[in-house]
Amino acid sequence: MDFNPKIVAFCCYYCAYSAADLAGSLRLQYPPTVRMIEQPCSGKVDIRLLLEAFEDGADGVYVAGCLEGDCHFLKGNIRAKKRVNAAKKILDKIGIGGERLEMFNLSGSMGPRFAEIATEMTNRILELGPSPLRQARQAEGENREEEASK
Amino acid sequence: MIVAEAKPLEEILDSLKGMSKVLVAGCGGCVAVCLAGGEKEVGIMASALRMKRELAGEPLVTVEETLTRQCDPEYVKELGKKLDGVDCILSMACGVGVQFLAEHYPDMWVVPALNTKFAGATIEHGLWEERCGLCGECVLAQTGGVCPVIRCAKSLLNGPCGGSQNGKCEVKPNACAWQLIYDRMKSLGRLEQLVEVAEAKDWSKSRDGGPRQVVREDVKIDG
Amino acid sequence: MAEEKSKLQRLLEQGEFVVSGEIGPPKSAAGDGVRHHTEELKPYVDAMNLTDNQTAIVRLSSIAAGIHVMAAGGEPIIQMTCRDRNRIALQSDLLGAYSLGVRNVLCLSGDHQSFGNHQAAKNVFDLDSIQLIKTVRDMRDKKAFHSGEAIKKDEPRFFIGAVANPFADPFEFRVLRLEKKIRAGAQFIQTQCIFDMERFEKFMDLARNRGLHEQAYIMAGVMPIKNAKVAKYMQKNVSGMLVPDGIVERLQKAEDQTAEGVQICIEQIQQLKSIPGVRGVHIMAVAWEEIIPTIVKGAGLLPRPQ
Repeated sequence: MDFNPKIVAFCCYYCAYSAADLAGSLRLQYPPTVRMIEQPCSGKVDIRLLLEAFEDGADGVYVAGCLEGDCHFLKGNIRAKKRVNAAKKILDKIGIGGERLEMFNLSGSMGPRFAEIATEMTNRILELGPSPLRQARQAEGENREEEASK
Repeated sequence: MIVAEAKPLEEILDSLKGMSKVLVAGCGGCVAVCLAGGEKEVGIMASALRMKRELAGEPLVTVEETLTRQCDPEYVKELGKKLDGVDCILSMACGVGVQFLAEHYPDMWVVPALNTKFAGATIEHGLWEERCGLCGECVLAQTGGVCPVIRCAKSLLNGPCGGSQNGKCEVKPNACAWQLIYDRMKSLGRLEQLVEVAEAKDWSKSRDGGPRQVVREDVKIDG
Repeated sequence: MAEEKSKLQRLLEQGEFVVSGEIGPPKSAAGDGVRHHTEELKPYVDAMNLTDNQTAIVRLSSIAAGIHVMAAGGEPIIQMTCRDRNRIALQSDLLGAYSLGVRNVLCLSGDHQSFGNHQAAKNVFDLDSIQLIKTVRDMRDKKAFHSGEAIKKDEPRFFIGAVANPFADPFEFRVLRLEKKIRAGAQFIQTQCIFDMERFEKFMDLARNRGLHEQAYIMAGVMPIKNAKVAKYMQKNVSGMLVPDGIVERLQKAEDQTAEGVQICIEQIQQLKSIPGVRGVHIMAVAWEEIIPTIVKGAGLLPRPQ
């Protein structure tokens, strides 16, 4: 089965988002599986947002914030990390798996690192396979089709 | 405020077995302040429940509604409009809210999402601590503004037991309440007040007589 | 009911330097162990404490154990804690114990249940130790129950004891708390085990300054330590107990640590005997009751008065 993962990246405007720009200007290759969502700060991300990304069909999610100590809002990235950890626990309990969610730190000048993270996360999700939720939905859809064809 | 925390997800899922549409009811009062049952926590809870149930092949529909307070009839009434097709209300308020919803919606199955812990205060963001034992007869004037009824592990009213050492209680790493009382009374020059033998407490003013009431004729609207 | 002073009270009033011991009731429904220890100890101690579910571990009740002591010819001091009983049950047990011949009661708060074998238990602490002392006194002197209702006849007339811990904090408050206990009606005091002699002497100084040594009989608590390991454990893990490094070192250096522990205890008793206001010793040999005769003999406290 062809698996084309859907990965959502919540990217801080001050680092990851600029790093993505830089990666683009440098013409670095990174997987097209990553959909970026700009955030004013990684600290804007809350647990509900992370969970709902999975609920809406993501196979993997990551938050990319500034290097620790370099947050434009002082501690936003530290808070984001704590929330990511809390959300991982919930995902484990639900059965989605906390390893599908990750926090990364980088600076605006780290274009190559941005591409590396996108590749790293894509490989991780490729290895894990589609989100259990997506699998359940697919199975449900096939059942329905089967019933309809009967 | 009343401080509460979420029950384990498994316990909540267990209490929602067989339900297909659940109203997740938040409360904008104390539990919102202590980040246990406000609008945001309702969203997280509802999303987690939906995903877990979908994975189990028993999809759950949720309605999310956060009331200003679940302990006030005027707000509780608002919930009536949201109950169409709902099998069950999952209240994310303290025990008072859960009961109040059950009282106001006699035909509705109401279950708690939180464990109600204590009457306490925010020490810092993410840390809450008990301060009041709700005993019904405040002794703080005798104890320098530190409550021995709830902050002493043995509720001693006449000074620290033999387990107080270096300011710590032997039971938990908490401060010894009587050390705090002693320090405050000493700094305020009131130590002799502590030599008085404090009489036994009248527990009939506490929870021992069933639910207590406060009645204020001057503020009643009807009757 | 004829007034009957306990032997403990009589000896203290006569000015004898009193010796008491301690028996931990068993975690079973058999009384023969308590009786056996009583037989063993009775020539050496004037009275024996029966602990009340100490460290919140369920044991044979202190009152029942006291009855076994009496059956074996000993003098019991019933310990009574506020942890497990409300004022109704406490008074009921006081009536019951007195009716069975018990005359000495020691009132304590009680160890917290989190140290015991039923950590999910609900503690009571309806009364605290000082309020319990007052209740026992009012039953005797005012012939009244805690509620104020009169005891029409046969009121319990206990000799009332309390404990003091000079080694817990806040130190200065310890003497005030002792004073409160005496004001509430405590007639004899048993202290926590004394290892830090300097601190105890300071405590007694403060107590004498407030005249407390003349208002109650203060008995100094001692405990023989079996070896350096036990000493270290108590130093680290038992709050409200101060074991100076000197004692640990002395035990470590000794060839026969157990003999040294006994020797230290004997020396402590001799030292305590010379402190003004100390009217006796209370020997707490936890699970080592059989060493008490050796200590009493070694400290020159024999023969015991009758």
